Amino acid sequence: MKDWPLWEVFVRSRRGLSHVHAGSLHAPDAEMALRNARDLYTRRQEGVSIWVVRSADIEASTPDERDSFFDPAADKIYRHPTFYDVPEGVEHL
Amino acid sequence: MRDCVTSAGTLGSVYGNDFGTPQEGDQRPRESGDPAAFTQLLADDCRIEPRDDMPEAYRKTLVRQIAQHAHSEIIGMQPEANWISRAPSLRRKAILMAKVQDEAGHGLYLYAAAETLGADRADLLDQLHSGRQKYSSIFNYPTLTWADVGAIGWLVDGAAIVNQVPLCRCSYGPYARAMVRVCKEESFHQRQGFEILHTLSHGTAAQKAMAQDAVNRYWWPSLMMFGPPDDDSPNSAQSMAWGIKRFSNDALRQRFVDMTVPQAEALGLTLPDPEIVWNDERGHYDFGEVDFTELFEVIKGNGPCNAQRMAHRREAHEDGAWVREAASAYAAKQAESGVGAA
Repeated sequence: MKDWPLWEVFVRSRRGLSHVHAGSLHAPDAEMALRNARDLYTRRQEGVSIWVVRSADIEASTPDERDSFFDPAADKIYRHPTFYDVPEGVEHL
Repeated sequence: MRDCVTSAGTLGSVYGNDFGTPQEGDQRPRESGDPAAFTQLLADDCRIEPRDDMPEAYRKTLVRQIAQHAHSEIIGMQPEANWISRAPSLRRKAILMAKVQDEAGHGLYLYAAAETLGADRADLLDQLHSGRQKYSSIFNYPTLTWADVGAIGWLVDGAAIVNQVPLCRCSYGPYARAMVRVCKEESFHQRQGFEILHTLSHGTAAQKAMAQDAVNRYWWPSLMMFGPPDDDSPNSAQSMAWGIKRFSNDALRQRFVDMTVPQAEALGLTLPDPEIVWNDERGHYDFGEVDFTELFEVIKGNGPCNAQRMAHRREAHEDGAWVREAASAYAAKQAESGVGAA
């Protein structure tokens, strides 16, 4: 088990919803990871579809860089509809 | 306005690792290696996520606690599995198998949570097998009769729920989220145990006596599950400060007693403590003193089943080696031929 890779499991709970990260598990290959994920994360019909992705294949932003990475969006409040003044009585806008 | 999720329950899903943005809209300044950021997150009742900076002692405490919790789930399969082949009906057998399978699942959620802190799964199992890491002392008591399966569900899982519900708000995100899932599944465990005892206590005199005997033997060990009394619990204060622990051992023990006494009345069974009496002034049930020397003896390895549980666990692991090897060999072969395996 020492050399079995870690897999991240994403479960779609219902049609119409996206896959959401459910947890992780170890498995020797993708097929076993899927079966294991079925037993581990959908014992109570929590899903209609499962993705498994090797954890090592996921690229993530780092908390250290978070400020420089996400701050450019912070001062663009005009992207939100609440930024704009709407005269009284104007509807459907 | 809070800019972070403060209750894992509101996430509506269980995450393992933290690969992406922790929460949208979280603009808290954070610098590498900055202990102030950790302290601030705790002060705001925000969750710590795997890639955040955290004190080494916080990380170590969590790894130890989560691993011990995972080990307890895995070892906890044994006392009940003992009765699967002798369950009194197909219905009871199917329920018990589902419950034992859940315990395995709970162990796996928790091992995965420990791994987000840099722990290695195989290494955690080694530590369990070599006795360097512990599991809950309650699983070192034998299941002598079918009624014990009921008592475990009602009392042991009941105590576990009281312990675990506050952990859903633990400061470490992956642990808290694993606990949300565990708690959801655990309530069926408690009800099926209660149902077993209710059926027995409304059956023949011999069946009722069997139920009472099981409750007599499991009551005190269940109270011990909350750990030593507050004035003898050296690590509690630090765990509370870190938001790992939310209520003291004695507070949780009292909550369990208050919850359980009326349930025992509904079962028509008595709890083996003559000192249990409602205290109007405190608004709680008073109860007798727990013999903690027994708890410490069991933790030291001198409980009735410590050796048996460990031997069985090691044997199961060794017996499964060929399966793990075969799965690895198959994966390697498929990868070589470029089919199937990723």
